[in-house]
Amino acid sequence: MTKNVMIVGVGGQGSLLASKMLGHILLQEGYDVKVSEVHGMSQRGGSVVTYVRFGEKVYSPIIDKGEADFIISFEQLEAARYLEYLKPDGRIVTNIQQIDPMPVIIGAAQYPEDLIGKMKAKGVNVDAMDCLSLAEQAGSSKAVNIVLMGRLSRYFDFTVEKWEQAIRDLVPAKFVELNLKAFALGRGED
Amino acid sequence: METAERIVPPAKTYEKNIAKYVMMPGNAIRRHPFVEDRMRRLQEYADACPFNRVEMGGTEIGIITDSTSYMYAKEVFGDKASILKLGMINPLPVSLILDFAEKVDRLVVIEELDPIIENHCRQLGLEVSGKDVFPLLGEYSQNLIAEKLGLPVPQGVKLDEQLPVRPPVMCAGCPHRGMFYTLSKNKVTVLGDIGCYTLGAVAPLSAVDMTLCMGGSISATHGFNKALGKESEGKTVAVIGDSTFMHSGMTGLANIAYNQSNSTVIILDNSITGMTGHQQNPTTGYNIKGDPAGKIDLEALCRAMGFNRVRVVDPYDLAACDTAVKEELAAEEPSVIISRRPCALLKYVKHKKPLIVDQNKCVGCKSCMKIGCPAISMKNGKAAIDNTLCVGCGVCQQLCKFGSLVSGEV
Ligand SMILES: Cc1ncc(C[n+]2csc(CCOP(=O)(O)OP(=O)(O)O)c2C)c(N)n1
Ligand code: SF4
Repeated sequence: MTKNVMIVGVGGQGSLLASKMLGHILLQEGYDVKVSEVHGMSQRGGSVVTYVRFGEKVYSPIIDKGEADFIISFEQLEAARYLEYLKPDGRIVTNIQQIDPMPVIIGAAQYPEDLIGKMKAKGVNVDAMDCLSLAEQAGSSKAVNIVLMGRLSRYFDFTVEKWEQAIRDLVPAKFVELNLKAFALGRGED
Repeated sequence: METAERIVPPAKTYEKNIAKYVMMPGNAIRRHPFVEDRMRRLQEYADACPFNRVEMGGTEIGIITDSTSYMYAKEVFGDKASILKLGMINPLPVSLILDFAEKVDRLVVIEELDPIIENHCRQLGLEVSGKDVFPLLGEYSQNLIAEKLGLPVPQGVKLDEQLPVRPPVMCAGCPHRGMFYTLSKNKVTVLGDIGCYTLGAVAPLSAVDMTLCMGGSISATHGFNKALGKESEGKTVAVIGDSTFMHSGMTGLANIAYNQSNSTVIILDNSITGMTGHQQNPTTGYNIKGDPAGKIDLEALCRAMGFNRVRVVDPYDLAACDTAVKEELAAEEPSVIISRRPCALLKYVKHKKPLIVDQNKCVGCKSCMKIGCPAISMKNGKAAIDNTLCVGCGVCQQLCKFGSLVSGEV
C-alpha cells in the first residue's frame, strides 16, 4: 500500500528540508519514493505543498483529496486549507504558528479563529504544538521544520538513530547539534 | 534510480556542405524531399522505438496516454487496464496504435490540454473517448481520472468556512517593493515583465498593468506610447528584471532609441535571476556555475544604445525613487532608470535586525500596510512585526509619520 505524506506551509519556512529528510530515510528503507513540490512564484510568502509518497511501487507524483495519511503543516491556516486531502483516519501534525496572508494583512479578510478546534470538532486527528517556541529553544527559529519531523517520527517505526543520521547527512556540520536538539524537542518523551 | 559514469561521445568532424546548411530558396527546395522522407522514417521509428510501449493488462479498457497522465492512469488502474504509453508525440505512431486498438474493447485517450493524440486516433478512423469525458482545461489527477471513468473516489473532510487565500508575495525586504510602491503612489501605468516583480501586480501594490512574455515590457511600452502619444509617454513605464533584460529586452530598447518614442524603462536590477532560484546572468560577473565571467555594464550598455538619460536609484530609498520616476517621466527624451539593490535572499546580503514597533507611538493608521510586506501586519490595532521574516530593510519606516517603527540595531 502506498503511504502519503503531505507537507504544507508558507514559502520560506523550510518545508524543502523536511521533505528531503523524509525522502532520504524512506529511500534508505528500500521504498519506492516520489517527492514533488509545488511552490509559488517568489521564494517566500505563498502557500507551498510538497507531496511525499512511498510504497512498493509509486506511480502518481501527487496526493489527491482524501488520500493523505499525514499532513505535516508549518502553519494553522495551511493545515485547514489542505484538510480535504486527509484520509478520514489520517492525522494532521501541525505547528500552531499563525502567519497572516496578504488579504489579512491588508484587511480584506480575517484570519479565522480556532482552526485547530474546528478541525477537531470535525473528528480529525490533530496533533498541534508550538514548534516555533521549541525551535527557538533549540537555538533557531529556522528549525521549525526539524521540530515537526521530530513530532512526525513518533508515528513511524524507524529508530531515532535513523532520523538523527538523516539530519547529519543533510544539514551543514555547524547546524547539526542545533537540529538534533530541535528534533528531540519535537519528538518529546517517548 | 542509479547513477552511472558520464559518457562523452566524441565530437563529429564538421564538413562544409553549403547545399545542406545554407537555407536560401534554391537549396531549400532541393532539401524539401529529404525533410519529408526523414519525417516518414521517424514515423516508422515511432512504431518501434522503446519510448512508446504497450503494457497489456485487462482488455476491457485500453488507455493511450503520455507523460504524467500515464502516472495517474497507472495509479487508478494498475494492470486492470491495458496501456499504450507514448514517449514520442511527434510524429505519432500509426501501426502501434492500430494494433493496440484491435486488442481492447474500449479505447480511451488520457492527455492534458489539447486533444493531440485523440485527434490523431480519430484520423486513423478509430472510435475513442477523450475530451468528451476529460476536461480540456487544467491539470489532471488520479481522482479526476477515476471519477470521469465512473470509479469511486475518496472524499476528504472540509471546514464549513471560506478560508482566506495565500497568494504569492514578494519577500520581506525584496528590493522590488520600494519601486512598485513609488509607481503605485504616482499612478503610473506599468507594462511589466516576467520575474519576481510580476508580483507587483498583487494587492495592495496593484502596480502592474500588463505582463505577457519575457522581454515584452519594453516593446509594449514603445508601441503603447506610439499609439497613445505624449500624454501616455508622461505616465507610462516599462519594468523589466536584469535577467529578463539580458534575455530579450535589448532589442526593444534599441527600438525605443531608434524609432523614437519618449519612453521610460525601469530595469529592476536585483543582481540575480530571482524567481527561478538564483541563477547568475550576464550582468552579475559570474557564469551559471558561479565561476567569474564577463560582466555587462548596464549603464554603459544603455548609453551605447542611444540613451542619454540613464540613472541609478536605490529602491530602499523611497524619496529617491519618487524623484527619479517623476523626473524621467517628465523628461522630453527616452530614459532608463536602473533600480539597483541585490535580492534580499542572496547569501552575501547582510540583514539588519527586525524593526521594533514603539507601542506608544503607533496610532494604528495603517500607512505602513501600503507596501504589502509579509513581515508587517496589524495586531490589536497596532502594527506588528514578524521577527522571523523582517530583515530590517526600513522601507515601511519611511511611510510612518509618527516614527513608531524603530530600527532593531543598537
Ligand atoms: C521565454 C521564457 N523563458 C524562461 C522563463 C522562465 N523565467 C521566469 S522568470 C525568469 C527570469 C526572472 O529574472 P529577472 O528578470 O532578473 O527577475 P527576478 O525574478 O530576479 O526579479 C525566467 C527565466 C519564462 N517565463 N519565459
Ligand atoms: S527572491 Fe529576491 S527578488 Fe524575488 S521576491 Fe524574494 S527578495 Fe525579491
